[in-house]
Amino acid sequence: MAVTDTGQTKVRAKRPSRLFKNMAAKIAAIPMIFTALVVFVGCTLWTIYHSFTRSRLLPAPDKWVGLDNYERLWGENRWLISIENLAIYGLCSLVLSLTIGFVLAALLDRKIRFENTIRTIILYPFALSFVVTGLAWQWILNPELGLQNTVRNIGWESFTFDPLNNADIVIYGVLIAGIWQGSGFVMVLLLAGMRGIDEDVWKASRVEGIPAWKTYIFIVIPMMRPVFVTALVIISAGIIKVYDLVVAQTSGGPGIASEVPAKYVIEKMFQAQNLGLGFAASTMMLLSVLVVLIPWAYLEFGGKKNG
Amino acid sequence: MVDATVNALSGPRGPKPKKALSSTNIIIYGTLFVVCMYYLLPLYVMIVTSLKGMPEVRLGNIFGPPVEVTFQPWVKAWSEACTGINCEGLSRGFWNSVWILVPSVIISIAIASVSGYALANWRFKGSEVFFTILIFGAFIPYQVMIYPIVILLRESGEGITAVLKAFNPMLEAMGFEGFKTFRLMGSLSGLVIVHTIFGMPILTLLFRNYFTSVPEELFKAARVDGAGFWGIYFRIMLPMSLPIFVVAMILQITGIWNDFLFGVIYTKPETYPMTVQLNNIVNSVQGVKEYNVNMAATLLTGLVPLVIYFASGKLFVRGIAAGAVKG
Repeated sequence: MAVTDTGQTKVRAKRPSRLFKNMAAKIAAIPMIFTALVVFVGCTLWTIYHSFTRSRLLPAPDKWVGLDNYERLWGENRWLISIENLAIYGLCSLVLSLTIGFVLAALLDRKIRFENTIRTIILYPFALSFVVTGLAWQWILNPELGLQNTVRNIGWESFTFDPLNNADIVIYGVLIAGIWQGSGFVMVLLLAGMRGIDEDVWKASRVEGIPAWKTYIFIVIPMMRPVFVTALVIISAGIIKVYDLVVAQTSGGPGIASEVPAKYVIEKMFQAQNLGLGFAASTMMLLSVLVVLIPWAYLEFGGKKNG
Repeated sequence: MVDATVNALSGPRGPKPKKALSSTNIIIYGTLFVVCMYYLLPLYVMIVTSLKGMPEVRLGNIFGPPVEVTFQPWVKAWSEACTGINCEGLSRGFWNSVWILVPSVIISIAIASVSGYALANWRFKGSEVFFTILIFGAFIPYQVMIYPIVILLRESGEGITAVLKAFNPMLEAMGFEGFKTFRLMGSLSGLVIVHTIFGMPILTLLFRNYFTSVPEELFKAARVDGAGFWGIYFRIMLPMSLPIFVVAMILQITGIWNDFLFGVIYTKPETYPMTVQLNNIVNSVQGVKEYNVNMAATLLTGLVPLVIYFASGKLFVRGIAAGAVKG
């Protein structure tokens, strides 16, 4: 705008005040500015501040208690289990969904027939909600009537797979459902990245006689680094938010064996009436997002400014 | 080029004939077939379970097709299934979801498209800063913002009530009925606002990127002809960008329909959306578990996004690829 304006400004007799310039656009952007400043910045700061106060049933901005809430949080068994579950779920689901997504993308990239049909089938769970996903797998993994019983009926009497009744492995039951729902999306992302790679790379490696799997590991994957990083950030942000899947599939059970931080926060705030702990826990969630986000933002945007 | 020279050196040969049944192909198609089975299995299990009667479900073969097909579970899930003392079935949740969905989709897309248009064509000082905050805000876990929003909704509801009630003496004097207490917290309108807010980052990004790609000459020509902010938006940008509006709609319909967290927090039992009601029906501890009804209810809830997904095809993929930042 500024460049095109320079010719006209000399002719203009009176310049309108800066504030009123482009007024319609500013008015139109008010909802966006409100969302950015009041909700995203304002509410986040509000929560962080109140995590240092003794808020119980109601927020108590004047009762400053320092790090008390955080100390209690990290001393609580339920929170520690939530964190452990999140770590197991997060790590497994990162590794598995990236591996499965990549292998599927590579298979679909081999110029196969029925590509559209297969992609449609692999991606459809992503259109379903976590509640539907959780309930479907809750039924399949039902210990009395589900997969376990069906396999036993066929004749394999000793077959045991009851993650939803077994506190030690319940989080893997949730993991199976999570992978089923989300891996198609990772595949689509990686496939898009793979299609972006120059066809000549393949021609060159074929001429050199390099086997396809080696080409994938040593040439294609390094070339797809940006796509992998994006996928990584998206999956991680999704993992930290895992809530409805657990609520629907296990309700956190058996006992508290499949609790996750997002569920812990909601329960502390709206059921246990311990807002302070809830705020502290949600601030920890924010912190874990920042650990992923800041290096990514630095790599993605910081490099461009300098370069 | 290179292929040709290699072939020339090793003697006169035609192009290598492709074998349809090479071992590589068998492995590829075999793997893909198994993978497709895995992805289809839960859908299949849900469908067959929902068509069986309870005695048959108790036999314990979840993969077996129904011997006697019955639609009773579907009828029951829709109109009779209970949550607590309420036994109206899922239909109530369905209509709640519709009443949440329609205004949320329209308002969020209207606001976000105008914001994206302002960001793309009418930049002002600081607009990029707000946009960056908006995008990074998409990564903040909702749990961090959920409670302050409860307060915001409650307080603004009270504020609006106070303003409206100020007119009451006048209205009553004129013979009209006065305004009642207006609530944002716990009502559908509150949830619509929440969906509009949290749909903003991804939709604004979507529209901004699309409007930026519209040739600038068009915009300049309209400016020369004297069109203003809204004139250009309605006469040029809107008609030119219908595909992106469809993508945004797909994104919002599936996203809002599938939402569970906001539904739990910002509504009350009478206005629970379908996902929340589904969860309450299936996971209620009272009574005998009717797995066939549960599966019918689950399928009913998943039906809307599935129909959108299968009907929209590539546009859905485009939507989620653009929605990549939403996470």
